[in-house]
Amino acid sequence: MDLVHVCMPPPDAERPWRLESYEGRGGYRVWRKVLAGELDAGQVLETVKASGLRGRGGAGFPTGLKWSFMPRDCEQPTYLVCNSDESEPGTCHDRDILRYNPHVLIEGMALSAFAMGATVSYNYIRGEFLGEPVPRFLDALDEARAAGLIGRGLGAAGIDFELHPFAGAGAYICGEETGLLESLEGKPGKPRFKPPFPAQSGLYGRPTTVNNTQTLACVPAIVEKGAEWFKSLGPPNSAGTMIYSVSGHVERPGNYEAPLGVSFNDLLEHAGGVWKGRKLKAVIPGGSSVPVLPAAIIRECTMDYDSLSEAGSALGTGAMIVMDDRTCMVSVLRRIARFYYAESCGQCTPCREGTGWLYRMLTRMLEGRARVSDLDLLLSVANNIEGHTICALGDAAAWPVQSFLKHFRGEFEEKIRSSRAFARQREAAYA
Amino acid sequence: MSGNSSLPDAARDAIRESAARFPSGRQRSAVLDALRLAQDGNGGWLSVELMDAVAEELALPPIQVYEVATFYSMFEVRPVGRHCVSVCTNISCWLRGGRELLKHLESRLGISAGESTVDGRIFLKEEEECLAACTGAPMMMVGHRYHENVTPDEADRIVERLR
Ligand SMILES: Cc1cc2nc3c(=O)[nH]c(=O)nc-3n(C[C@H](O)[C@H](O)[C@H](O)COP(=O)(O)O)c2cc1C
Ligand code: SF4
Ligand code: FES
Repeated sequence: MDLVHVCMPPPDAERPWRLESYEGRGGYRVWRKVLAGELDAGQVLETVKASGLRGRGGAGFPTGLKWSFMPRDCEQPTYLVCNSDESEPGTCHDRDILRYNPHVLIEGMALSAFAMGATVSYNYIRGEFLGEPVPRFLDALDEARAAGLIGRGLGAAGIDFELHPFAGAGAYICGEETGLLESLEGKPGKPRFKPPFPAQSGLYGRPTTVNNTQTLACVPAIVEKGAEWFKSLGPPNSAGTMIYSVSGHVERPGNYEAPLGVSFNDLLEHAGGVWKGRKLKAVIPGGSSVPVLPAAIIRECTMDYDSLSEAGSALGTGAMIVMDDRTCMVSVLRRIARFYYAESCGQCTPCREGTGWLYRMLTRMLEGRARVSDLDLLLSVANNIEGHTICALGDAAAWPVQSFLKHFRGEFEEKIRSSRAFARQREAAYA
Repeated sequence: MSGNSSLPDAARDAIRESAARFPSGRQRSAVLDALRLAQDGNGGWLSVELMDAVAEELALPPIQVYEVATFYSMFEVRPVGRHCVSVCTNISCWLRGGRELLKHLESRLGISAGESTVDGRIFLKEEEECLAACTGAPMMMVGHRYHENVTPDEADRIVERLR
């Protein structure tokens, strides 16, 4: 498997976060063309549309199409908002873009805002990144501003492009795009009903597009090297590269940027294989919200949108969580359930109540206070959340439960029985 | 663990600077920054007086400030230890010993997650959710600083250094 760097800097670049390094690698060439009036917004939009770029924030929505929902030639301001809230469990590549290649994001935001006719942009960065990623991004902003790449009336073309940083304060739900907009307005990050979609009424009621950090970081290379080049990197429907965050039971966890469509086996091998010489049991291939796949199925997959969805899961954020043969699936699912329970914003009853039930039922199973028939109840609670909520956090809480039970039901039954027997013995011993 | 009831001048200036990033009349957007500044200047927690001072500075009804302070996990509305220590126990960290790391620190410090040491030195946060450093699992955050691939021994040394 070969690494291909579109969003990440080349590994040998020195202080790759500095403007000097970025420009030395050809950075800001495209944005300077725009500022010189040599490239118009329509060309940028059409190139991104033709490239087949899909959102890397989890849902894989076609980026160019999303931009085209923004009203044309409308009164300003309209907004572009970058989503650097990165909090999907298992996912940690936006942090590395901010730390190691902040200028590619700034140039990507500049080009994207220009393409959709927005003059003001914000980067919403999760509050926990205040130590390292935020200062790197702020320094890069200062450099770009001093170089005349951000501001008002830029270049011969006199373009306006403002970019402001924003730091969150700890809440997974602020990664959901309308929760994010609420938070940016200084409110609790409770998702909004859609429609209206942000392109009609977003930040402060103005037309707004929200894109993920990695999505925007792909844009400079696409405009510079062309739609065909980007497409040719991956299989049909999966253009370009992905920074795969490989974590869990592997020898060398890490962020590896490679073309979409690499085989799972190659990626696993690149990460050093399953640790301690153990066997592969299961993989969650796209962040904790996507369905789990057992070894036999994931071994046949390639890492792209179509292959993983045909296998019954999804590419999600490209965060691959690897589990070895000693992993207790009941404990893992309980930990995942705890997360959604803790992070539900509480607006919708099925999500607020259901996530708590899931967590408590799984706890009872591990503590020997459940019966095998409770598994049906667990599943029905999950089914009652799915599709009945304002935002997709509800679905994200249901999918792990459904998929863990689909593939590992026998292990759940066994665990319920053995925990029960163990609890009885303990009671007898203390009686 | 006592604190200030009013905002220092530096915080007031910073809040104004933050509010300038938003359109006029949208200064409510600066409330997260303002609360963070207030909390940082007050040993890591927000008193009602401080939240009221933020409300006044941004010309907001106090309830709009309270609801934000209680919604986000990085704000504390009761006194806590000076140094905030969080251990991620979400899935990638869980698989590589994050839970054991937290248990270790609990017994080492003699407190449970969610509590502060009696000398007011350390606040051990509730089990933390994913902090986006999953490839460096297990990890912990001290203040704003990330420590990755942490062993129990290293965790001991890290917390011992905190004064
Ligand atoms: C509960 C929840 C959490 C989300 N968290 C994130 C996140 O941390 N980062 C992100 O980019 N997108 C996140 N998303 C997806 C966003 O809502 C949105 O689809 C995305 O930012 C759009 O960007 P893209 O089209 O470039 O992918 C989340 C969605 C949901 C439902
Ligand atoms: S699904 Fe859950 S997180 Fe999303 S809006 Fe409803 S209650 Fe909030
Ligand atoms: S799971 Fe611990 S940092 Fe992501």
